[in-house]
Amino acid sequence: MDCQRVLSLMDSYLDRELDLTTQLSIEQHLADCPACRAISQRQQALSTALGAQGRYHRAPPALAAGIQSALDKIDAASGANVRQTPRWLSMAASVVVAALIGSGITYWLAGPSPAELLTEEVIASHVRAQMVAGRLTDVSSSDSHTVKPWFNGKLDFAPPVLDLTTQGFALVGGRLDYLANRPVAALVYRHRQHLIHLFVWPTQERANSAPHTLTRQGYQVIYWSDAAMRYWAISDLNADALTSFSKLIQEQATTGTAARRLPGPEDMR
Amino acid sequence: MHQPSQRAHFERTVLPHLDAAYNLARWLLRNDADADDVTQESCVRAYRFFDSFHGGNAKTWLLTIVRHACYSWLKQHRAEKSTMAFDEQQHSANDDDPSAGTTPFSASPETLFLQEANRRLLHQCLEALPLEFREALVLRELEGLSYKEISAVMDVPLGTVMSRLARGRGLLQQQLTGHSEQET
Repeated sequence: MDCQRVLSLMDSYLDRELDLTTQLSIEQHLADCPACRAISQRQQALSTALGAQGRYHRAPPALAAGIQSALDKIDAASGANVRQTPRWLSMAASVVVAALIGSGITYWLAGPSPAELLTEEVIASHVRAQMVAGRLTDVSSSDSHTVKPWFNGKLDFAPPVLDLTTQGFALVGGRLDYLANRPVAALVYRHRQHLIHLFVWPTQERANSAPHTLTRQGYQVIYWSDAAMRYWAISDLNADALTSFSKLIQEQATTGTAARRLPGPEDMR
Repeated sequence: MHQPSQRAHFERTVLPHLDAAYNLARWLLRNDADADDVTQESCVRAYRFFDSFHGGNAKTWLLTIVRHACYSWLKQHRAEKSTMAFDEQQHSANDDDPSAGTTPFSASPETLFLQEANRRLLHQCLEALPLEFREALVLRELEGLSYKEISAVMDVPLGTVMSRLARGRGLLQQQLTGHSEQET
């Protein structure tokens, strides 16, 4: 493939919109051609910056409440209120709803919980990273002293990167990812033929939370928080193996190689 | 018209995308209050026409309605003066020149991270982009839609999605480069 063709496909390539064969032949070209590689890196940096730093405008809570009452009016007008709920009861209910919306747990009523949404994000990231060659790690090394410093200057915290080779979990590498509306550290470990993703990011919550285990789409997911850091581990490993992995992390992450949060832009806001 | 179960169905399938709806409206209209009004109007419209939603992608369905409402709003208020008309002819000519739209990004891309000033600059430049490029970039970079989904929301062919993204990114890089040169 020549440079002209590669450049014309650059956006689709970086957006992962090409078929695998074309994707791979561009990858090959980029490995051999420094000029095109430089352009792809600049483009990638711009996209990453937009994804991670671009302002996402969330709907204000009052808007959700306003929509609910507009929908109520439509229901009332179309005479669909077949529930025949006593008026005082529906009023009381709407007070409760308003209170819930006000307290920011709208999702409890309106749809999946934040934890479920995050689970979906984590699964999607785990799957996507393995779909396309070259996407899994930004820094590939089994040496925690190579992987850990790589995050310096890219994140506003230092994720714990542990050497668990002797326990059967080999470090594969790390990359930047984006979850829960912030850049996070994605660490990749391997246990036999199974990949494990460990996502780490700081949390404002002081209280530690005990590990939750769940199974979705054949993946095991365990998440917990410890020392003001959140951890999400996901793999196609069986539950026991992933549990022992998460225990190792829990034991070792907060001792010695503890995750440390550096003051970042968020603190100054 | 609407059974209670249908209301519940709507709240389960469509309303989870309220943030996406608001984000798109806010980026297209560039104003909180207008985005608020148009998003609410769009959700009400979506509910009224919920019968016409036969499953599928609720997010793109809602975003299509929102986008349409934003365009009507802009047309009525004539607030949006496209600063740079998009010339398909000119652009397809550029396609032959591989260097077009790939202006070197002089500010070190890594410096875009974690620096509040750069973050603001990025917003300003994105907000200043002509509407058709801004919406393509918002749908792709902030909303993470696939080309196919963007094509459905914007009601344009896939090829146009690609050229708008490429041109939009090129313009954004030019703007960012221009700004960082002014500052130094």
